Amino acid sequence: MIDPVRDPVRFIDERTSAAPLIKKAMRYLFPDHWSFLLGEVVLYSFIVLIATGIYLTLFFVPSTAHTIYHGPYKPLDGQTVSDAYKSAVNLSFSVKAGLLMRQTHHWAADVFIAAMAMHLMRVFFTGAFRKPRELIWLIGLLLLFTSLLEGYLGYSLVDDLLSGMGLAIGYGVGLSIPVIGGPMTLAIFGAPFPGKPEFWSRMFITHVLLIPLLLAVLIGLHLSLVAARHHTQFKESARHTERRVVGLPTFPAQTPRSIALLLFTAAVLFLLGGLIQINPIWQWGPFEPWLATNGAQPDWYLGWLIGALRLMPSFDVTVGHFTLVPNPFWGGVLFPLFVLAVLAAFPWVERRLTGDRRVHNLADRPRNAPNRTAFGVAFLSWVFLIFVFGAADRIFVLWGLSYDTQLFMFRIGIWVVPLVLFFVVRRVCRELRAADLLEEDQERAERAVAQREGAVRAGT
Amino acid sequence: MTCRGWIKFRSVAALTVVVALGTAAIAAAQPQSGIVRPTYEPPKPSLKLGEQLYAGNCSTCHGIAGAGITRGRLGAGHVLGEGPPLRNVGAQGADFYLRMGFMPLRNIYSQPGPQRTRVLFTNKEIESMVMYVASLGHGPGIPHPDPAKGNLSTGLQLFTDHCAGCHQVLARGGFVTGALVPPLQTLTDRQIAQAVRIGPYLMPRFSPKQISNAQLDSIIKYVQWTNRPDNRGGWGIGNVGPIPEGLVAWWIAAPLLLIACALIGRRFKRS
Amino acid sequence: MRALRWLLAVLTLGRLARRRAQPESEKERIVPKGTPERGAENLVLLFFMLTMIFAAGFLFVYAYFNASSMPNELLGICIGGAMACLGGAFLVIGKRLVVTEELDEDYPGENPEEQEEVVQIIHESGSRITRKRLLIGAGTAAAGALGAASLAPAVSLGPIWDTGALDRSPWRRGRRVVDETEAPIRAADVLEFTFYTGFPEGAPKEDIASSLVIIRVNPAKLKLPPVRAAWAPHGILAFSKICTHAGCAIGLYRKPTFTPVEPNDALVCPCHYSTFDPYTGGTVIYGPAGRPLPQLPLEIDSDGNLRAAGNFSARVGPGWWNVRSKPTFGTD
Repeated sequence: MIDPVRDPVRFIDERTSAAPLIKKAMRYLFPDHWSFLLGEVVLYSFIVLIATGIYLTLFFVPSTAHTIYHGPYKPLDGQTVSDAYKSAVNLSFSVKAGLLMRQTHHWAADVFIAAMAMHLMRVFFTGAFRKPRELIWLIGLLLLFTSLLEGYLGYSLVDDLLSGMGLAIGYGVGLSIPVIGGPMTLAIFGAPFPGKPEFWSRMFITHVLLIPLLLAVLIGLHLSLVAARHHTQFKESARHTERRVVGLPTFPAQTPRSIALLLFTAAVLFLLGGLIQINPIWQWGPFEPWLATNGAQPDWYLGWLIGALRLMPSFDVTVGHFTLVPNPFWGGVLFPLFVLAVLAAFPWVERRLTGDRRVHNLADRPRNAPNRTAFGVAFLSWVFLIFVFGAADRIFVLWGLSYDTQLFMFRIGIWVVPLVLFFVVRRVCRELRAADLLEEDQERAERAVAQREGAVRAGT
Repeated sequence: MTCRGWIKFRSVAALTVVVALGTAAIAAAQPQSGIVRPTYEPPKPSLKLGEQLYAGNCSTCHGIAGAGITRGRLGAGHVLGEGPPLRNVGAQGADFYLRMGFMPLRNIYSQPGPQRTRVLFTNKEIESMVMYVASLGHGPGIPHPDPAKGNLSTGLQLFTDHCAGCHQVLARGGFVTGALVPPLQTLTDRQIAQAVRIGPYLMPRFSPKQISNAQLDSIIKYVQWTNRPDNRGGWGIGNVGPIPEGLVAWWIAAPLLLIACALIGRRFKRS
Repeated sequence: MRALRWLLAVLTLGRLARRRAQPESEKERIVPKGTPERGAENLVLLFFMLTMIFAAGFLFVYAYFNASSMPNELLGICIGGAMACLGGAFLVIGKRLVVTEELDEDYPGENPEEQEEVVQIIHESGSRITRKRLLIGAGTAAAGALGAASLAPAVSLGPIWDTGALDRSPWRRGRRVVDETEAPIRAADVLEFTFYTGFPEGAPKEDIASSLVIIRVNPAKLKLPPVRAAWAPHGILAFSKICTHAGCAIGLYRKPTFTPVEPNDALVCPCHYSTFDPYTGGTVIYGPAGRPLPQLPLEIDSDGNLRAAGNFSARVGPGWWNVRSKPTFGTD
């Protein structure tokens, strides 16, 4: 007689002796709080990215060789374009479901990084990066910054007008790295912009293999380390302590939940891919280095860099006739590296400042760590304001607030607003905590009174 | 709908109409701001009417008989007038600026650049002034483009070469230091042709030597096409690129996913 | 025959499982028993059904339309709807159908004993080695050498040592200026109030040092440095079209219609709005660029065509370490 459960289990264990491992995995505990699911959204966006990305590679031609476009899109008919651009347009017009896949891939990239940012905020504001989870935090940061590069390469590959301009800026930012920028950028591009034809192969293999592989390894490492030290938890009940972790087992409780989230994430991405147009490359037209369009923007996750590049006043740092720091370095390289460095160093800086070197398995409520929360909000607002300024030209077109006025406001605002926010948020946190303590005191007192009354009543 | 309901609906509708008409009547009764008109206007456009209107509304800045005023001086109504000569702008220039609502300037000191307002002159008055300005010199006449003869692909190519730097590749407008660049979606064929030839405010002007009339037809065909570009990917979200895409990612996708998380996970409970 | 037996087995599985359930219930349970929820089961069935409908819709839309008339929205709604419904089914399964146990266990901690043992193993393993420092040093050097040797081929990526490529410019004295169609640009055709894009005759146009933006201004208003006095015949100016800030194309020419009250002429880059003054030879008047726009000296040949009268005033393109030193301009 066949038992559909027992037989496979026996089969596997007899050949791998994995039953203890399987049992342990099935009873591994997952957090139940909603905010702990953001990381899962990142993972599922990644899965959608891989799936749709593989589909795209089956049609995309990574070459800048010139060709003439003839096809259903009339405004391009007869124009000289690159193979890469033509294949991407054909993918959108002449491959059934090709456009859906392309758009879903692009939306998944946007959401992948947005979900990462939300996950990062959750981890930061609850202090979940503290010992023993600093390595997980660092790997997460590495994941985030690698993903920025991955996304940039992805939309740069298409060779439309927007992506070409983005690539030119990438070239300029690369050159601007002090001393080594020139040789390094030449090595990557193979020649001055737009580079050798081989550069397209380099970008392609980096985007479809090297970085995805790196991301997959980092994600694996990130998750293994989470599993090794378990997730953090809020102090929600007496059961939740620094020593005991509370949660739902992988099987049966967590599995359907995770599948549901995977499907919801994919559903949102495919619905966006179907309903809302993203990066209509056929409308931008092909790129040549002497062409430009107004309002060219990177994808949202690089918006903070364009904001920084635009905010910088005009100067290069020169030493004799050498240019030590060309201007794009500040906004394009130093600014993101500084943000990365601050976030990466934060666990150690906080340990230093608070003198708290203990292991922390209980997550803070943001209000219970006023200094951290205030710093986080201030730092975030600094990056966010620079990000917003990246769209100043569009804000001007939409609402008539002149670019110069905005430049003036933001050059001051990016320093004043975070400073003000720091003190405001710290104050708010302290007040909230005081209110909590008061409430607890009151409850305790009421309980004591009730107990005493009960005792008195029992006595009579 | 019941009988009573119908009566109620009718009375509400009637009231709405009365209020709307009343508002319109009041708006129409108000004098059109700042326009000086001769006491008698002939029933048909005439050079004389044009001259009178020019004297009353334009000469403060553009000088007597379109001579222009290059150094500001106080004119009628103590307005510091300063404006370019109109001797050789021809019917093309006058027609463009008046029909676009650029002239007369809403705010003479407006910065940056002239802003469009609603057209304050009647058609007859505009035709008269155009006649008058054309009579001042040897300017070009009103162009008559025929975009039907144009080619969309040539149009995109020419537009990218000459226009997209400021106007954005789908003509959604943009920014050039010192000025706002308008989107081109609401313009008529003639207005586009005039703008290309005139180069209003900070815009370069492209002569037929540089962009032939046939090429101009293609550009106009393309610009008109941007009114309804091929948004086969779904909702076009403005056709301006990644900014609205980022907004969708953060204001549509992120909330939906947060809702999904909230459905699956548990909210905070205090013991 | 065998297949039939399998089929039979599968069909009877349900009953068998129920029959076997009775003796098992005497065993101590691992997963606690929950109460049956028929409502939730119905909901799951409904979601499964909807999933099937949506998925079938996707198949139908995919098969029915051809590529050029494919309604992307419908495809997205079908596949997204199918996923959302299946997700809904699993949500109900997770929240209402399977048993939700809240368990707890110890957080994994440190293992001081094992740490010590690891250290001990490493220490004791090298007990036969006498010249430890020498060996470690030599070993490190060997690994480094091999590493360097294996990484060396990466140098082939591009001209790492030779940045001469960044100095290269296809322009040289006498090279004709042509437009996008390779037609020479005549000086007389270059008008004021507009801009032109020029290229070196017979050179690749996409080369970063190729493209020019050409304008004509009133020569009386020029304030070029004295050495460039002859660079702009009849007020015709040529600048590199590549922004010195981050390499975008200078696609914007701001030209006032009425100079007394409007901003001056300027060449503008649309990426970060660096703005250059053509009258003074391309100096920066707004925006982040740190270096003037390189100017190309022009001359007019006997046919009236524009030609380069030399090379750019400076290196073309975004700044780097050596961008300001006196350019040698290798030509290719």
